[in-house]
Formats: sequence, C-alpha cells, structure tokens
Amino acid sequence: MTKRPGLRLDRKALEGVLTTAAAIVLALLIGAVLMALSNESVIDSMGYFFSYPWDFFSRSFDVVTTSYGALLDRSLGSGEGLANTLNRSAPLICAGLGVSLAFRAGLFNIGAQGQIILGTLAASYVGFTWDLPGPILLLTSVLAGVLAGALWGGIAGLLKAATGTHEVISTIMLNQIASFGVLAYALGELKSFQRPDDDLGLPQSPPVPDAAAFPEVLGVHMGVLLSLVAAAVVWWLLTRSTLGFELRSVGANPDASRTAGMSTAKVFILTMVIAGGLSGLAATMMINGDQASNNASLVGSVGFDAITVALLGRGTPLGSVLAGFLFGILAVGGGAMQTTSAGTAPEVVQVIQSLIVLFVAAPAIVRWIVRQRRKEPTSTFAAKGVSA
Amino acid sequence: MSTTTTVTASEKPVRDRTDKLRQIKLVVAFGIVWVLVLMMALSIDNSQVLFLNADELSKEHQPEPFNGLRLVWIGFAIVSIALVVAVINRIPRNGWAMLIHVAVGLSFYAAFTVWYYADQTAAVEAWITNPLPSMVKYCPPLVLGALAGVVCERAGVINIAIEAQLLMGAFFGAVVSALAYSNGVGMIAASLAGVVVALMLGLFSLRYHVDQVVVGVVLIALALGLTTFLRGQIPTEQENAHLNTLLSDSPDPLTPIEIPGLSSIPVLGRALFNQSILVYLALLAPFLVWFLLYQTRWGLRVRAVGEHPKAADTVGIRVNRVRWQAILFGGALAGLGGAFYTVGSSGSFNDNAANGQGFMALAAVIMGRWHPVGATMAALFFALTAAMKDDFGLVTKVPSELIAIAPYLATLIAVAGFVGRVRPPAADGQPYVKD
Repeated sequence: MTKRPGLRLDRKALEGVLTTAAAIVLALLIGAVLMALSNESVIDSMGYFFSYPWDFFSRSFDVVTTSYGALLDRSLGSGEGLANTLNRSAPLICAGLGVSLAFRAGLFNIGAQGQIILGTLAASYVGFTWDLPGPILLLTSVLAGVLAGALWGGIAGLLKAATGTHEVISTIMLNQIASFGVLAYALGELKSFQRPDDDLGLPQSPPVPDAAAFPEVLGVHMGVLLSLVAAAVVWWLLTRSTLGFELRSVGANPDASRTAGMSTAKVFILTMVIAGGLSGLAATMMINGDQASNNASLVGSVGFDAITVALLGRGTPLGSVLAGFLFGILAVGGGAMQTTSAGTAPEVVQVIQSLIVLFVAAPAIVRWIVRQRRKEPTSTFAAKGVSA
Repeated sequence: MSTTTTVTASEKPVRDRTDKLRQIKLVVAFGIVWVLVLMMALSIDNSQVLFLNADELSKEHQPEPFNGLRLVWIGFAIVSIALVVAVINRIPRNGWAMLIHVAVGLSFYAAFTVWYYADQTAAVEAWITNPLPSMVKYCPPLVLGALAGVVCERAGVINIAIEAQLLMGAFFGAVVSALAYSNGVGMIAASLAGVVVALMLGLFSLRYHVDQVVVGVVLIALALGLTTFLRGQIPTEQENAHLNTLLSDSPDPLTPIEIPGLSSIPVLGRALFNQSILVYLALLAPFLVWFLLYQTRWGLRVRAVGEHPKAADTVGIRVNRVRWQAILFGGALAGLGGAFYTVGSSGSFNDNAANGQGFMALAAVIMGRWHPVGATMAALFFALTAAMKDDFGLVTKVPSELIAIAPYLATLIAVAGFVGRVRPPAADGQPYVKD
C-alpha cells in the first residue's frame, strides 16, 4: 500500500457524494414520470401520441417543471419559505440522529415515534402548567421533553440488556403504548392537560406560552441551532469518546466486544437513553419551536421518517443533518405542487423520498442505470450490525 | 429435564441458575394472576352476567344470564393448580408448558371479562359476546403476515416489509376486484401485489446485497406513498363511477360461508365454520406452512439455507434460488392477508389501511420464535385483543386506554419475562456470496 491514505479517503467520500446525488436525481426523474402520467392533459396527449408526439413531451415537461418549480419556490424561494423548511427539518434531524446512533450500536430503533410522543407530552405539560420565569421555564420544558424521550428509549435498552428482549419488538410495543395509552389518556381523561376552551371537538392541549418558546430570528426558531449542536455532539460522541468507541465496537461485533471486556449491557442502555433523548429533543422542536398544541396527530409520521432520514444519512451525524434538510424541503414544498396548474398530488413526495433512500442503499443499481460499471456490488450503508 | 442431573439417589438434583430463575419467574407471574383473579372473584356482588351466543341480537338469539362467578372460581382453580405445579417445580420443559401458559391466560381472560361485565349500574345492561368469531374474523392479515415473515426468515431473509405487502395487497385487491367484478380475482391480485413487493425485496437483498432491514423499511415507505398517491389518482367523474364507488363505498365484499352441521358446534362452531373464504384460507395456511417447512424436502432446504448457507451450498443446494422461492411464497401469503382490509371487509381502501398490523405480524414472528405454529398463536393472540378492544367499549369499568394498550403491555411482559433471548435463524439477514 504505497498510496497516501488521505487521497483514498477523499476518493471514497467523493464517490459517496456522487452516488447520493445520482440517487436523488434518479428518484426525482421517476417522480417526474409519475407526475406526468397522473396529469390529465398529458394523458389526453397520449391519445394522439403517434400523430403529434411533440405535444406529449412539451406538456409533460410543463407539468414536471411547474411542479418541481413550485416545490422549490415554496421551500427555498423566499426567506419565509426557507425559515419554514429549517423549522420543519429540525425535528427530522434530531430524531434521525437518534435512530442513526442506535444503528451504529447495532440496534434497530423503530421507537422514535413513541419517544417523540412522550417528549411532546412532557415538554408541553411542563411548558403550560409550571409557573417559572422565562428562560428557566424554557429550559425545564425542553429538559422535560428530552428526559421523557430518554426514559421511553431507556426502557427498550434496559429490557434488551437485562432480558435480551429484541429491541424491534419492545420499541414497536412502546410506540403503541405511547400513542394509544399515554397520549390517548392525557388527551382524553386528564382535565389538566386539555385546553379549557376546546370547541373544536378535537381534544388538544394548549400551546406553551411565549416564555417557553424558543426565541426566533427571522422566523427561524433557535431549536434549529440546537439540532445542529446535537449533531456536533453526536459526532463527537461517536468518533472521539470512549463510549462512542464501545458503541461502534458493539455494533460491529457484540461477542468480540464482550470478550474484550466491554459491557454490552451498558452500551445498549446508554445508547437507547441517548437515542430516546434525541427523539425527545425532536419533540421540543414542535412544542417549544412551533408552539404547537398537542393532539392525536401532532407527531404524524416524524418518528418513522426519522428512520428513512437515518438510512439516507448512512448513520453519520452530518448525513442525518443533510437528509433531514432534504426531507424538510420535500415536506414543505410538497404541498405547493397541488395548487399549481399541474395539480400534482403531494403524495408523490413520499414516493420520491423512499426511492432516494432505496437508491442510496443500493449504489449498484444506480451504477447499473447510469451505466458506470464497477467491479463488485457493495452496499455503502455503514451500519453493518443492523439485523432484526 | 435437560438441565437437571441426578448424581446419586440420595443427592438432590443439581440445578443451574437459569433453571431456578425460570421457576421464580413462573411463580411470580402465576402468583400475580392468582391474586388478581381472587380479588376479582371476591369483588363481584351479583354473580349473574348476560351472555349472547350469536353474532347479532335477534328474536331467537337473546342474551341469557348465567352464573359468571362460577366461571371465575373455575378459572381460579386452574390458576391455583398451575401455581402449585410451578412452586413444586413440575412445569414441563417441553411444548406442554405452552399449554399451561395458555390455560392460565385464558382463565385470567375469562375472569376479567366476567368481572368487567358484572355489577353494572347502567339502565341497559351490556352483555358479553363470544370473542372467538370476531377474533377469527380479524386474524387473516396477522396470521398470513406472520407466516410470510416465518417463511422468509427461515430462509435467511429478514422481512420487515410485511406491512408493505399487506398495504399493496389491500390496494390492488380492491382495485382489481372492482375492475373485474370478482372478489376471487381481487384476492389473486392482492396475492400478486404481495409477490411484487417480495420481488423488490429479493432484487435488492439477494441480487444487490443491500441491507435487508433497510430495504424493508424503504419498501414500507414506498408502499405507503404509492398506495396513497394512486388512491388519489382514481378519477371521481361519472365515467369511472363504478370503480370510485367501489373504492369509497361498500359494495358486496366477501360473505361468510356457513359449513352446515359443523357451524352449530356450541362455542367454536360459529368462530371456525361460519367465516369468509379468506378466513378459511388463513386458518389453513399455518398447517400448509408447517407441512412445507417440516415435512418436505423443500422445507428442509429452506431451513438449511437459513441456518448455514455454505453447508447447504456444499451439498448442492442453490442457496439464492431457494431463498427466492421462499420470499415469493411469503409475499403471496402476506399479499393475500392484505386483501382482508378491502375485499375481506368493506371493499373500500383507506389510506394506510394496514395501520401498523404488519409490525404486529413481525412481532408475532419473533414472539413465536420463527416457528409457524408459535407465530400463528402469537398472531391469534393479537387478533383476540383487537376483537376485545371492540367489545369492551360499552362498559367503562376500566379506562378504555388501559384496555387498548393491554395487548402491547402483555406482549412486552411476555417477551421480556418468558421468551427472553430468542435465536433467529443463524444466517438471518446475511446475503450469501459464493467465494
């Protein structure tokens, strides 16, 4: 090996970036085909395709450019749009970090959803009931959210460490318990949790007061900054700390790590506590950042999107940040496509999201499609220890 | 009694720590159930509860009072016996232990039901219905999904995408049955839709060696997005009125087929012999899968490539071909299960119809320790609790949220306490690359 290590590393990184970019382009192309084929004027023009083919292509081109144009315009085109996109990305980044971290320890954390739900409950409850002066209220509310998420994640870690319960089962069950049990109970039975002037028929909590909200700068709440700090901390944890070393080691080979004297139980518990805490932080982005009322549909599918964010980010903190931002763009911009002349359904975005991840996970497919031949088909996905 | 060894006649058998721990766990668990059942029995004032042994209230089927307290005491007796057997450490180590656990579980369930419905204060007294018919009615997606998971994972391919297979099966089952005016064709289409998802799973995991968990998660997201998108694309105008009404209103979905004679067996008859064709298929599938996996040459090969692909390859089994067969067969099962949500129930497709049931099926696979019978039992348990959630809404003795989370809590306790460290097939999730 006479090659300089730095050069090799750069080439590998460059290749990763190129594959990801190709995957995104490819997914957008397939999305474009879906858009065109679902548009009525395009379908009409297909009726006389052989007599006047140009019509088909020009109309398809119109539909696709209008839709993607609207998507980009809504999400990045204005200051307000960009602020929205950043705010929307923050919870995805945090929860994605949590899932990534667990991946690196060989744990498949499906439980982000439940951890976020618990986080929203704790953060909003503390936020609107406790009577504390401004900044302290914000701090305790955020801490409560993080701790609640950490607790919920920690249960799964503890069960794994103590009894060997498979984390896929325990996190699925904890998700269900969080949403049908804890959340439903808080909204349905706890009077102190419900908004007193509830005339919408939908049980919901009051939003947190301004004192417990993240300060905003140009429409961007400071939680966004916090999510970037979290990413930096996770990076430090993974690459520079003893725990991170043990975590990656257990993820790569738990038996060997145990033989080397590491405590897998400790790693499982701590990893899930931190992962849950990051999901709890994601919850505070909605409660303290957006000042949203807590209701049955607040969390939506953020917990599950977090898994795709983590996969797209290949288990790295920087990857999660970029993937979260990309999904933020798609989430904010997706709705804009419906109101244009093309009238594209926003669900296309979800198809595009999953295709991106699929292509990123399978670089061999991308190479096969863009006809750039390589020797062997290997997955670039980093977390090798992931198994159910 | 693999862990006990008798050295001489006079010496006590030597027991290791896990064996003792097992006894302690059983005694604690049975003890808690014993105390709860006793408390419920003692707190019932009026021993009469109403029971309706039919699907619907009608002139000839009226709820009849019966002595529920007696049932509770019978359950208490069963739990007591189990507790004593556990205390003297005579619970068998083989499959019979399962029977004791099931008996204790059923006793608790019966006692809880009677206690829940006893001593009502409302003007109109709610009655207990037989939970078995609706349990069996709810079971197809869970049972077929769990079996799909078992077949795939025994072949060494992790199938997270059960949820995706259910969803695609539900959607294409609805569309095709509407277009073809036939529920049968719809069910075949549902099955094929499951196969298509399996094809993608196979393509990415077997051909391109992508991490199987990743593929599974992505396929779920893809199926969710695709079905929601396509559902929105179905035109609402007059020209396609039939398709649209069929998907949004309820046409004639599968009807129960009564098997004469057998369906009049007291408690089980209506549950097992008055169901739709889909349910019959779901009830037969576990036997089929068990037979295929354990009694045929193909099944032996499937298990071989899941445990030790290299050894299987050495004796001339084509590893990836067998895996492909297993994945596609599993896809067909799960897709058919998905038909339950549309063809099998109302005929209409709602966005996200599967609603996490695929994940429950996945849990059933692990809870059932990758065995078709175990997975089916776990799936039936989940179906029972789903039926229970519907039935118990009328009385509010316990917060409804507690009833709603009972199955998940029970699963968590069962898996953490008793299933513990489960061993997946040795080569589960590992692509096989020939050297």
